[in-house]
Amino acid sequence: MEDKNIIHNKRIIENKKQFNLKQFFFQWEWMLVAVFIVINIMNTNLSPNYLSVTGILDATMLFLDKAFMVLPMVFIIILGDIDISIASITALSSVGMAVAFNMGLPMPLAMVLGLIIGTVCGFINGILIVKFKELPAMIVTLSTMTIFRGIAYIILKDQAAGKFPEWYAYLGWGYVGVIPFMLIAFIVCAVLFALLLHKTTFGRSVYGMGNNTTACLYSGIKTDKIKVIVFTLMGLMSAVTALFLISRTGSARPNIALGYELDVIAMVVLGGISTLGGKGRMLGAVISIFIIGLLRYGLGLINVPAQALMIIIGMILIVAVTIPNINLDKLRKKKKVTA
Amino acid sequence: MRNISKFREAGLLMFIFILCIFIQFKNSSFLSLENINDLLTNTAILSILAVGMMMVLLTAGIDLSIGSTVALSGMTVALVVNANPNVSPIVAILIGVGVGTVCGLIVGFLVSILGVFPIIASLGMLNVFRGLTFMISGGKWVSAHQMPVSFKGIATSSVLGINTLIFIAIITYILFFYFINYTRTGRQIYAVGSNVNSAKISGINTKKTLLLVYTLMGALSGLAGVLWVSKFASAQGDTATGYELNVIAACVLGGVSVAGGYGKVSGLLVGVLLLGILNNALPLINVSPFWQNAIQGVIILAAILMNALVKRRATKENLRRRKI
Repeated sequence: MEDKNIIHNKRIIENKKQFNLKQFFFQWEWMLVAVFIVINIMNTNLSPNYLSVTGILDATMLFLDKAFMVLPMVFIIILGDIDISIASITALSSVGMAVAFNMGLPMPLAMVLGLIIGTVCGFINGILIVKFKELPAMIVTLSTMTIFRGIAYIILKDQAAGKFPEWYAYLGWGYVGVIPFMLIAFIVCAVLFALLLHKTTFGRSVYGMGNNTTACLYSGIKTDKIKVIVFTLMGLMSAVTALFLISRTGSARPNIALGYELDVIAMVVLGGISTLGGKGRMLGAVISIFIIGLLRYGLGLINVPAQALMIIIGMILIVAVTIPNINLDKLRKKKKVTA
Repeated sequence: MRNISKFREAGLLMFIFILCIFIQFKNSSFLSLENINDLLTNTAILSILAVGMMMVLLTAGIDLSIGSTVALSGMTVALVVNANPNVSPIVAILIGVGVGTVCGLIVGFLVSILGVFPIIASLGMLNVFRGLTFMISGGKWVSAHQMPVSFKGIATSSVLGINTLIFIAIITYILFFYFINYTRTGRQIYAVGSNVNSAKISGINTKKTLLLVYTLMGALSGLAGVLWVSKFASAQGDTATGYELNVIAACVLGGVSVAGGYGKVSGLLVGVLLLGILNNALPLINVSPFWQNAIQGVIILAAILMNALVKRRATKENLRRRKI
């Protein structure tokens, strides 16, 4: 009996290995890499100016401001939640920062204040969502979205605040060697978030909660605490986006970052993170940031109008999400036939 | 559960009542016939979109693309009437509804047949429709002087003594009140939203229902697009950007559950009315326009949280009352 069991177990293990190998090549991330390569080849063919290291490195500065929000959004969507107040948090914290600076606060302190504002906003979201479990996160953040941007409007009306010290522009425009400072900052953040998601108990709990929050609660995971932390992180990173964004634009306005939330969610979803929760990886989201960003840049080089870009990106989003649906169905049918 | 929903609507109505008295006290022109007419005219488009969104939310879906659909149908119609000034307003409305229906059909196809999540399907189509709007207009506006008087007349004329916009909204509500409450298909929407699997097992064609719901949403957005362009007498590429969130807020205020299966037309009407009153009254009582966003947000949040608390309390009392 025991021998049989062992053999059986071995078989399971072997099967698992084979299965894993197969899965390895059918991973979403590989498809994204393929898309990424196709886009780069296409861009290179379309425009002779595309393929230059400095050009591409510079281009990353055009879209990396949003990318900081993509990282914690991955956590939130894996939780099966959504946060649509992020662009408003960015607006509020950039306005708060700029106004505090104009009132005489030294810039470093103003930056800290901006980060604090973002963190507090995220914390408020988290607490509301945890205390009112019957309300979907979408609804809570829908109302806080209006409130946060509303406060930004109250503070600054229709004015713009700016005139930051010169060194502050370094955040958005500076280089370390040939590499933009923003890219380095993003890579550091991305690695930290990836480690947090994939290598810590915290990250595993997030996956668990995305699959079954109640089961996690009963197995001793402090689900409320984790949710609040994730939303607070989201607020913090929205404020980080604010730091880079107003460094690039040079001034803060209440209508800054309008519509970023949908862009960010689109990037996360394209990265293979299911809005049902519990699935997806950080790498996919990071690749999809660069896919969308470089696609915009490359098509912009050959003067494709921004409106056509919107159509293309919308199409890519839908096609990317639809293809695996179709594939899965076919695979299932094949399995049934062989069985 | 029935009592709660009644209590809820009564509570919201009470809130509206108190709000109205307060505003009337501050500015006596609020309850004048003229202002009420203005208020309803301004709320008409929102209310038409809200009916469609309610049906979508009932199926536990969401449609973020409606702002873009409004823009696309509005722009198409504006270009048509600009090129042929003799087109009658009714034909213009039909064209708009047609464009919207096609848009809705596409979203519905993605959601029901291909099984894409509603939030993603509509997010993608949001980009596509918005891009198309810019493409067909070449980035230009169609402004008031480029539209024939008959077309602009849709929003200013009146039928049976009431403004056409209000009239169309009322007709829409009567139609959909009947459709949602008294037809088999209407009730099936609730069934699909409450539990897709049991709906399927009881013989409801869930795919068809989903497709229908999104198509109706598209058609209503198309209608709203024509009315929008006629009312503001200008069609722009960025018309109604972000308006989908206003519409969802109205539904949520009206007690429609985003999780699906729960919501009533009467509740929706109250929610839309509250949002309309807020939009209309805040400028009347000299609230700075910069405060309006935040105040609206706080009221929406308060209403949602209150609703949740009331529901909680009711469930608790029900449990306590139960004899074991």
